[in-house]
Amino acid sequence: MQAVDLNAEGLRADERLERLKLFGLSSPALLLVLVILVLPVGWLFYVSFIGADGQFSLENYERMINRKSYSRIFMTTFQVSLVTTGLCILIGYPLAYFISQLPSKWAGLCMISVLLPFWTSLLVRTYAWLVLLQKRGLVNEWAMSLGLWDEPIKMVHNMTGTLIGMVHIMLPFLVLPLYGAMKSINRDYMNAAANLGASPRRAFWNVFFPLSTPGLFAGSLMVFVLCLGFFVTPAVLGGGKVIMVSMKIVSNIELFVNWGAASALGVVLLVITMAILWIASWFLNIEKMTGGGH
Amino acid sequence: MSTVNSEALPISVRNVTKTYGSVYALNDVSLEVKSGEFLTLLGPSGSGKTTLLMVLAGFTRPDQGSLKFGDREVIRTAPHLREVGMTFQSYALFPHMTVAGNVGYPLRLRKIPKTELNRRVEEALETVQLGGFGDRRIDQLSGGQKQRVAVARAIVFEPRILLMDEPLSALDKKLRDQMQIELRSLHEKLGMTTVYVTHDQREALTMSDRIAVVNHGRIMQLATPRNLYEQPANRFVADFIGDSTFLPVEKNGRQIAFGSQVLNHTNPAPDAASLLLMARPERIRLLDAKPEKGMNTFDAVAKQVVYQGDSYLLNAQLEGGELISVRGVVRQGTVSGLPSVGDAIKLGLAPEDTVIIDGREV
Repeated sequence: MQAVDLNAEGLRADERLERLKLFGLSSPALLLVLVILVLPVGWLFYVSFIGADGQFSLENYERMINRKSYSRIFMTTFQVSLVTTGLCILIGYPLAYFISQLPSKWAGLCMISVLLPFWTSLLVRTYAWLVLLQKRGLVNEWAMSLGLWDEPIKMVHNMTGTLIGMVHIMLPFLVLPLYGAMKSINRDYMNAAANLGASPRRAFWNVFFPLSTPGLFAGSLMVFVLCLGFFVTPAVLGGGKVIMVSMKIVSNIELFVNWGAASALGVVLLVITMAILWIASWFLNIEKMTGGGH
Repeated sequence: MSTVNSEALPISVRNVTKTYGSVYALNDVSLEVKSGEFLTLLGPSGSGKTTLLMVLAGFTRPDQGSLKFGDREVIRTAPHLREVGMTFQSYALFPHMTVAGNVGYPLRLRKIPKTELNRRVEEALETVQLGGFGDRRIDQLSGGQKQRVAVARAIVFEPRILLMDEPLSALDKKLRDQMQIELRSLHEKLGMTTVYVTHDQREALTMSDRIAVVNHGRIMQLATPRNLYEQPANRFVADFIGDSTFLPVEKNGRQIAFGSQVLNHTNPAPDAASLLLMARPERIRLLDAKPEKGMNTFDAVAKQVVYQGDSYLLNAQLEGGELISVRGVVRQGTVSGLPSVGDAIKLGLAPEDTVIIDGREV
């Protein structure tokens, strides 16, 4: 039967053309990724294996293992990231829960106020904390005038200041995916749990919380990974007392002009971050995190 | 599972009102559901039927009214203390638990020992013909299976009242028909007082002991399926349940007349300002011979004949211009005997089928 091949050639050509067009449309983006991501990272990788004498060497990596100061920096970085993530969960979960239970009109307003900081420069926000938290700053002045404490408390240029600033800046990254996950929990689930005999508290822990964990996990991961490479806030609010990996990279370049050492640090940080994302991807769908899926 | 009827509870709804702004979702509703009865709340969307069910379950707080399960006043009782089973339109099966996890959840909340819990879960699953499905994940189930799990979960803790919110609306027609029969026989087996919400009039007629037709937040009529169909209280009920043609009639003394034609009818006409003759299409007969004695006859012209497989639908115009529908069963020979468009025909309506109703919409 001739009819089997009816228009087959033309249809195949259309299909090819469509794919070609799609590729054409995405090529600028691909090119951009290649030029500003793949090539520099490749270069970084290369530089990290060049020693002080300009020859191939592993000295940059050996230094990281041999010197105590490096392991301390990595420890600090993980500590700050972990504590920041933990504090974000403590503050962000109740906040996201509260907003998710509001009528949509109020929820929208609340989400805007959560997102508002996003539209302000990171630097501005960080310096704002510096002003608020310093010895004669607003917080100390008010607290003392209210009689909460008598002597000004040191809240900046140390770990406390760093954590306050970072939690503030990271909070939206946790609240956003968490709120999304909570909004998608059908109200019927909670009604069903209540109907089956669960008190509001039991219903929350048995049903709502487990169903919100994908959002919680996604948000926490986002915060943790962003914290690992964070620079501005710990640099300004830590006052040189909280040294994180990103800050060591900067000092390696600006102070010691050692590109190899800086690159090696960058590579290690990149590898650790990738490893964390890779392990996390066993547990959750990365696509869902970025709002895909569903 | 084996206890029948003895544990069912009657439900008494008194003067329940719920407003949203100036809109009455429930307008002074009173309703008595007998112990062990299968009662359906039937109405269009937005009629208030679901609101009433939510009041029974405790998810919606009414403005006023009383609600009793047996002798116990529960209007202010929290949902988790009401001890009623419920199935949801969305099924609301917990996606992070297995089938057995879902069905066992109400038992775990009641601290039932492990062995008894497992036994009762399996029993409940067998009751809904899902024995051995305990380990399945919820997303591995078909729509019909989800519905059954939802029912198993609602009955496993042996509540004395069962509420069902449009349980079959998400299923395709074949499965829906089958589940209707299954749910009905399950009710006969378990005997718990059941309040069932649906917008599907056929489903309501098939399953219910009694039906409450709800509209604009009020109960229009509460009756057995048969009475509802044969003697609707008003035009809304008649229109909502089944098909019908309405013809305006007038009361002259004790006689009911359609135009100049006095109608024979066996059922008493209601006492109302405006009256309608309700003619069900399947009750009207296409007359080819002399009409039976006492039968009301109408002269008409065939306008449209629609063949629908198991039946035919004939649309005709009466002499006064009113349109009327006639439905007949297709048997061997009847199709060829149908009139063609434009033919003059004679229609007959027996006095028992000549139902005069209140002409008001509500």
